[in-house]
Formats: sequence, structure tokens, C-alpha cells
Amino acid sequence: MRLNRRLFIGTGAAAATTLAAPTVFAAGHGKPRVVVIGGGAGGATAARYIAKDSKGEIDVTLIEPTRMYYTCFFSNLYIGGVKEIDDLGHSYGTLAAGGVNVVHDWAIGVDRDTKTVSLAGGGSVPYDKLILSPGIDFVEGAVEGWDLSAQNAMPHAYKGGSQTELLKARIAAMPEGGTFAMVAPPNPFRCPPGPYERVSMVAHYLKANNPTAKIIVADPKSKFSKMALFQEGWADHYDGMIDWIGEDFGGGDVSVDPVAMTVTIDGEVTKVDACNVIPAMKAGRIAELAGVTDGNWAPVNAADMSTKADADVYVLGDAASQGDMPKSGFSANSQAKVCANAVRGALTGSKVFPAKFSNTCWSLIDTNDGVKVGATYEATEEKIAKVDGFISATGESAELRKATYEESEGWYTGITSDMFG
Amino acid sequence: MARVFRSLPAALVALCAAGAVWGQEIGDAQAGAEVFKKCTGCHQVGQGAVDKIGPHLNEIFGRNAASHADYKYSKSMVRAGDDGLVWTAETLDAYIENPRALVSKTRMSFRGLKDAKDRADILAYLRIYSDNPSDIPEAEPTALATDHDIDPAILALEGDAEYGEYLASECLTCHRSDGTSDGIPSITLWLTDDFVVAMHAYKRKLRPHPVMQMMAGRLNDEEIAALAAYFKDLE
Repeated sequence: MRLNRRLFIGTGAAAATTLAAPTVFAAGHGKPRVVVIGGGAGGATAARYIAKDSKGEIDVTLIEPTRMYYTCFFSNLYIGGVKEIDDLGHSYGTLAAGGVNVVHDWAIGVDRDTKTVSLAGGGSVPYDKLILSPGIDFVEGAVEGWDLSAQNAMPHAYKGGSQTELLKARIAAMPEGGTFAMVAPPNPFRCPPGPYERVSMVAHYLKANNPTAKIIVADPKSKFSKMALFQEGWADHYDGMIDWIGEDFGGGDVSVDPVAMTVTIDGEVTKVDACNVIPAMKAGRIAELAGVTDGNWAPVNAADMSTKADADVYVLGDAASQGDMPKSGFSANSQAKVCANAVRGALTGSKVFPAKFSNTCWSLIDTNDGVKVGATYEATEEKIAKVDGFISATGESAELRKATYEESEGWYTGITSDMFG
Repeated sequence: MARVFRSLPAALVALCAAGAVWGQEIGDAQAGAEVFKKCTGCHQVGQGAVDKIGPHLNEIFGRNAASHADYKYSKSMVRAGDDGLVWTAETLDAYIENPRALVSKTRMSFRGLKDAKDRADILAYLRIYSDNPSDIPEAEPTALATDHDIDPAILALEGDAEYGEYLASECLTCHRSDGTSDGIPSITLWLTDDFVVAMHAYKRKLRPHPVMQMMAGRLNDEEIAALAAYFKDLE
């Protein structure tokens, strides 16, 4: 019997009763097996919830190469000097203690016929259900003159950890009155307010440490997330320091030279002292290797995050093409819980509840000046569709902005506890 | 004088009038009644006050921490009580200034009062209900009026805790399952009615927070009841 989730929801209690025998779907090998690739906001959450809620009925393996996970969210606050790098690091020890089999290795292939994942370290792991949460990789050739070999001279800092530290070191090493350049990415990309919060935090650092320095942003877009809020904040806190060059002024016509340390925008060459290149993005490579992508991203069904290509393979977070949700850690965490509930239901016959999604993105503009944008979403036949939303207003009081920042700190503690236990 | 005390219970007026000396020493009870409005979302004090989201505060002075038999305190607060924490002007002052500095994982989602005079005023106000709590017939409990009237049929709904657990996973992206609060309030161990009333107040945009208005806005009555059923026992 093949399990169709829509049918399952539709038939409700009757179906739940007939599926009550727990190992029906573990085709002759004892406990059903879930393999999760990628231990970030999507993967860690999915692994934790399936292990926790199935109470040992499902074997959960998490494949993640790094021993410590450094969150990309809040990494701008490290660049701004508001957080320490250690504040962003999380180990997988609690997940392991909670029953997740954590394998520190690279997944290098998925065979969907034999339902196995092969590992860089040799060997393979079988699955009944496979959840991919691989985050992002970069589109080759997206920024002329830049490739991964240039990421030391011109860091992307768009995956947490060493790249974040490197970018901060580059900014700290800028000469007095030097120039910082950012090449911003085209849509869609991870964390829509991220580049602009980063500009704010770089300005915050420079204002205190190198106040005559300049910031140039080359942007292929004509507008961006929370634009009015950021531009108001930049004028209020960093007047004259930030030059944002949007699409209308040639911000999309950009090339870099990582050896000469120059950035050419709309034909004009500028010598820079630190440069942050954030190229166009695509799903983490394992999604492509698994054959579940279409173009740069992996299309999924909104009801349970299963891929359009394979009902036993799910994609969460940044790598998924799902509809209206922004690519964010919050979104990935939200999608993971819907997916975990559906996967557990499919494997053990536990109750499957309707999908509900939400997201909120906080950004820090300057000390205690926090803003946010958020929305709720529902699953439709076609996509994850927005239901309702809100955004901070320009001209809010300092007290409200401070409360918003403190709320974001609370959220950081909350979501990392929710991911890692 | 009459104008100043117009809004206060008669007993309070009498105490203040008679007790000008301690009034100056420990704060201004009349001003404290105003400051205490920050607390009335969770705490009641006065005749008929009962435990709500927070324990009632009658006879708080001299009481051992975590000593209301039927109130579910945080483990931290129970531990503090076991360790011998007694509420005095001094310990209450420290607790109100920064709750987590005194009781690290308290469920009291309050950032603290930095202003020493505000704290002294609140303590003067609370002191009235410790000195003579049974002798204040005019004093209404401070937080009996909820955010709005709610249909008794909604309050009577029996929540499905299993559904609540699934729905709660959305709350737990921000709120902590262990009940700690840091910039985001604790929502564990709330009385069911308080939880339901609060969520409906967000849904109707009577409570102001935009994220919560949005999250509550799409929950139906059964879903709110399910969440209340789940969070009331979560420790």
C-alpha cells in the first residue's frame, strides 16, 4: 500500500485506525528509517521532532559534516560586535542524547531506486523517508570575476562559521577611511533582510572603529526587504556612510577582481579594502544530486514538504521551492515541524494534522534598534500561500525598537533550543 | 489630600493618613497602585484575589517563596523556596528589580523595574495587603477584569492536547518549552481560562503585539482550546 497524505488527511480517524500497526511501512526491516541530510534549522528540527515524538518507533539518522553548527542567523550581530562567535555555535550532543543517530560525514549521493544515501567516508545509509535540508550553494559564474577560490579574498559569509569570522577580520583590517563593498544577490536568496542588516552592522562597527570609512552596496534589485526601515535607520544612524546602488543606477552590472581588490559597478572601477560578495544562490548540491531539483531549487508539495519528484523525499528550508515563504531559518524550522508530523504519520500511523506555517525575520539596525517582518501561511494545492502579515513601522519609539531587539534575542534562544534540544 | 486619594480604597487612605512616617520610608502606596498596573495582567491582590497566571500577592510579606499549595511554580522558584527564600522588603525589591537575577529560571516574564522609587512604591502598595489583608472590604482584586468578555461556551471547550502539542510546535520557535523567558514571555503552566482569554484578546486585536495578533488570528476556538490544554501541564 502506498500512502497518499491528502487521502490520509481526508479520511481522518478511520485511516488512523487502520494504520495503527507501527511498522507497516518499514518494508520488512524492523523499525522504519528516516534519514535527514543537513543539520541546520530545517534538518535538526525535523530530526529532533521525529525522534522525540515517535518515542523510539522510528530510527532517525542525521547526516551533517560539521561538529559544531554556527547559525547564519545572528551572524551579522557578530560582525557588528554585538555577539561573540561562541554565542552562535551549537553542538549536536543533545540531539544525539535525544535519540538521533548523528553521523558527521558528507552525503555525496542519493539512490532513489535502492533508497540509500552514500557517504564521502564510504558506506551508505538506507532510508524509508529521506529529508533534505541542505541550505544553499552558489550559482557558478553569478558574479563576474568571483568563484569559490576567491572566497578568502572576498568572503561571501553567507554560510555561518569561518566565513563569518573571515569577513569580520577583513573589515577590522581596513585602513582608516577605507572602503567596504558588498555585492548583493538577486532574488530569491537566503534571508531577504540579511544583506541589509549586514550593511547596518558593518556601519555600526565602522562608526565606532573607523568613522571615516565608506560602504558601497552594488545591488541587482531595485527594492529589498524592509527597505524603508533600513533606509530610515541608515539616515538616522550612519548619515553619509552608506552608498546603496540599486538596479536603476547600474547596481546589477558588476564585476570583481579579487587579486587587485577592485569592484567595477556600471563601468566604474573602485579600489576596495574589504569586499563581501554574496552571489546568486541555488539549493545545496545534494538536492541536485538526488534529482529532485528543477532549475536552482527543489519544488515541493505544500501539505507536507514532499518533493514533486519523489513522495519519499522531502526538502526543507532554503533549498525548497514552495511558494510564498521567505528563505529563512524560521521558515525552515516551521516547515520541519509540518514535515515531521507528516513523516511520522506516514511511517507509524500517528495522527497527521493540517499544515500551518509562519515566519518572522528580525533585523538589527543599530544598538537596541530592532525591526521585524512576519507572516503566516497555509498549504494550498498549488503552493505555500501567505495568509496574513505585518511589518514594523517607520518612526517607531526607541522603547518599542528596544523591545523588538530583546524579542529577537528571545527568539534566538527559543529557536536554537527547538532545533538542538 | 482628598483629590490625591480619590481613587484608592478607603482602608488605604486611612493607612496612609495614619502612617506618614513609614510611608516616606518605604515608598508611596498611592503611586505604587499606579505602578502595579504593570503587574495586573498576571497578579491579583486585594480581597478575593486568587492565583491567576501569577500567584496572588495577599500576605506576600513574610511568606516563604513558592508557598501557595495549588499554584504551579517554576522549578527554580520551588528550589528558592526550599532553600529558604522569604519575601521581605529586601528580597522583593531585588526580585522586582531583576527577577532572573534572584530566581534564575522564574516563569515571571517581567524585565524588572530599574527605578528604585517605583519599586519602593509598589512594595508600599503591596504591604497594605500584607499588613491587614482581611480588613480591606472596599479593595477589589486588581486583575479580575480580563481583557474582554468571552462566551462561556468558548471557555468550556475541552481542548485536544495531542492536537495542541502539534500546534504548540509553532509557538516553540520563540517561546521556551521549559518556561524560561528572555525577551519572550513564558506561556507554560497557565490556567486554561487565562490562556484562552489572552489568545482571543490577540485574535480580536485587543492585545497589541503584532506577531501574536497574527498567530492567534488564524486559530479557531478549538485550536486555542487545544493549545491551552497542552501548555497548562507543560513543564
